[in-house]
Amino acid sequence: MKYKLGTMAVAGLMAASPVMADLVFPSLSYRTGPYAAGGIPFADGYADYFTLLNERDGGIGGVMTRVLECETAYNTEKGVECYEATKGEGALVYQPLSTGITYQLIPKATADDIPIHSMGYGRTSAANGDVFSHVFNYPANYWNGASAAINHILETNGGDINGKKIALVYHNSAYGKEPIRTLEELSKKHGFELVTLAVDHPGQEQKSQWLQIRRERPDNVIMYGWGVMNQVAIQEAANIRFPMENFIGIWWSGAEIDVTSAGDAANGYKALALTAVGNDFPLFDDIQKYVVDAGKAAGAGDQIGTVPYNRGIYAAMLAQLAVEKAQEIHGVADITSGMMRDGMEALSVTEARMAELGLPSFGPAFDVSCANHGGEGMVAVTQWDASAGQFVKIADFAPTDMDVIGPLIAEDSAAYAAENNIEGNCG
Amino acid sequence: MFYREAGDFSTTYAQDNQTFPIKFDRYRYYVVLFIAIFVIPFIINDYWANSFLLPFLIYAIAAIGLNILVGYCGQVSLGTGGFMAVGAYACYKFMTGVDIWWGGELLFRLPQFNIFFSVIMGGVMTALVGVLFGLPSLRIKGFYLAVATLAAQFFLVWLFNRVSWFYNYSASGQINAPERDLAGILITGPQTEPWATYLFCLFFTIVCAVIARNMTRGASGRKWMAIRDMDIAAEIIGVNPLRAKLTAFAVSSFFIGISGALFFSVYLGAVEVGEAFGIQKSFLVLFMIIIGGLGSIFGSFAGAAFLVLLPVVLKIVGVDMLGWPTDIVAHFQLVIVGGLIVMFLILEPHGLAQLWRVAKEKLRLWPFPH
Repeated sequence: MKYKLGTMAVAGLMAASPVMADLVFPSLSYRTGPYAAGGIPFADGYADYFTLLNERDGGIGGVMTRVLECETAYNTEKGVECYEATKGEGALVYQPLSTGITYQLIPKATADDIPIHSMGYGRTSAANGDVFSHVFNYPANYWNGASAAINHILETNGGDINGKKIALVYHNSAYGKEPIRTLEELSKKHGFELVTLAVDHPGQEQKSQWLQIRRERPDNVIMYGWGVMNQVAIQEAANIRFPMENFIGIWWSGAEIDVTSAGDAANGYKALALTAVGNDFPLFDDIQKYVVDAGKAAGAGDQIGTVPYNRGIYAAMLAQLAVEKAQEIHGVADITSGMMRDGMEALSVTEARMAELGLPSFGPAFDVSCANHGGEGMVAVTQWDASAGQFVKIADFAPTDMDVIGPLIAEDSAAYAAENNIEGNCG
Repeated sequence: MFYREAGDFSTTYAQDNQTFPIKFDRYRYYVVLFIAIFVIPFIINDYWANSFLLPFLIYAIAAIGLNILVGYCGQVSLGTGGFMAVGAYACYKFMTGVDIWWGGELLFRLPQFNIFFSVIMGGVMTALVGVLFGLPSLRIKGFYLAVATLAAQFFLVWLFNRVSWFYNYSASGQINAPERDLAGILITGPQTEPWATYLFCLFFTIVCAVIARNMTRGASGRKWMAIRDMDIAAEIIGVNPLRAKLTAFAVSSFFIGISGALFFSVYLGAVEVGEAFGIQKSFLVLFMIIIGGLGSIFGSFAGAAFLVLLPVVLKIVGVDMLGWPTDIVAHFQLVIVGGLIVMFLILEPHGLAQLWRVAKEKLRLWPFPH
């Protein structure tokens, strides 16, 4: 922790809330800006799950939870401001839902002994817990996603994609650039040709990219998009009559709101998934009973069961399991952020525990260890059914090509360790 | 009563020429400096440093830089974000050791610069780039120049996204400030103390402000203002427009580069060019000098403080005190900031600096206005 030169003259301003035992989960949400379409349901799901725990179970292990929401608008400067404003309140874990903000927070949170859970985003090589002691990106990361997309294309082509042309349409930021290395390796391995097309923030202008796709005629298109970029891309793909079953998005490009604007033309669009789809789980009955009917739903309460909402639920559930683990390890109910980190590192998600929580087969079962902060990298595939208005799971959680991803993670994390003079944490 | 020239006699030319000729003003200035240097570092914490003081100091430098160009020399620029990016990336390259390649081979690598000189080099590089993009100002004016600088903005962002040499070939395209210290005190990286980063930025802000203030009071500032007021007349009385305009671009870009370098290395620590130095940044700094007051160093500070503090204060009042939903407050913020800008332009087109000037005039006569 840090040494202060003087007293905090204004600490009172920030610590205005009463001091009592609670588990604080900051939610760096974005309900405004071009990425709000994904930010709102995720923040709603995250908040609703903790409201449910408070209402139904009286918190976790007898300690009430508190969600501190702070609006970032997907902007890194505001994200840093939110981090500084909330960390003093006993924040247990940060889930910034933005790769840019995650990059900002990795060194800061590590220095402050607060864990970060970047679930399916952030810095991929953070899966190497030996270097990134406080960053977790289970259950799957961007490179698992790239590999899962290629695996699915392999499957639909009978296992041979030699000589095929695959285009990557990506958000021109750290997020979108992440999978390029992996896809390049995979293209060497499987012999396909990779074409990369960058789309600049916020992604409303994609005419030239899709014109190029029309000219290059790739067999498949993979998309790493977010926010308004998804809707525009799917509409553009429909406009050039690109076959939707050959168009596959990462899990951040697979929400209902992304496809509905293109109408029937989006039918058959595929997206990777981290969680199960729909609201056909016992937990949702409890959410209806304790949260929605009690008038405590976050936001407008109209997002329940959508893909990003479920992801928010899932993120909150993983946080709950980690808190329980930390309480078990340290024998105290009101844990600190350092204990939370230990809990996350010893996390074990089993099918039985998920069923007990009312979410059977909601996500893959996996274990976290000191060396592996990324889980097993199991990814499912969903497909949009426009007439039914929902995503349907077409392939269950399947492993990804760790032979390619493992060395890449080792290489990138070693570079980070060398840059920052980090010696192994796992001894 | 207190604020007046009477009784304060100048006995030398130096005294007669000083920046603050009124005794009260001079002492106020010393008190502000004293508090900033000797009081704030002792009571600062992470939250105050990262949410208010660092962005305020850094944006103040950028606003001073843009004010020299737009406010003093009359050359409209929308390239501030791009020039800040040049400062940030130059700082990064000098921090990590500039590597020169030729034909796929590493020719040589400069030694890593100390953080202080890296920031200075950020300013120097930006000054060079600024002069380059200032060349069109010799032929075009007004809106046309604004479009040329807008092109600089987009070109520079594209360049830093496209050429991986600038971000040392990292896979994510981000630049991360490695840990650097000055005489054993950490200035960049996650382990820094808030007082250290604050004092580091404060040093640059004070030096930049003093240089800018004296330049604008001196011969070069008068030339800039002559060009601003009427360039043909200025040429006739012997001002070289080439030199005046290009020095304005160079000095302005130097300051903006310094602010970009500090913004990246000290304040954020990791930066992505499209997000951190986009066109919004150009507009933000332009709004700062419009609200603060064109052609005023004090106005640059006032505008920076106004636009940095307002969103955070609105958030604290709305979310933390009144308990409103965060999205409502975020939307209100846009409405209020927009409304205030329109109100300022109608009621006080010369900005906060003019309010300050009027207040000083009133204070001179107070309490006997007649």
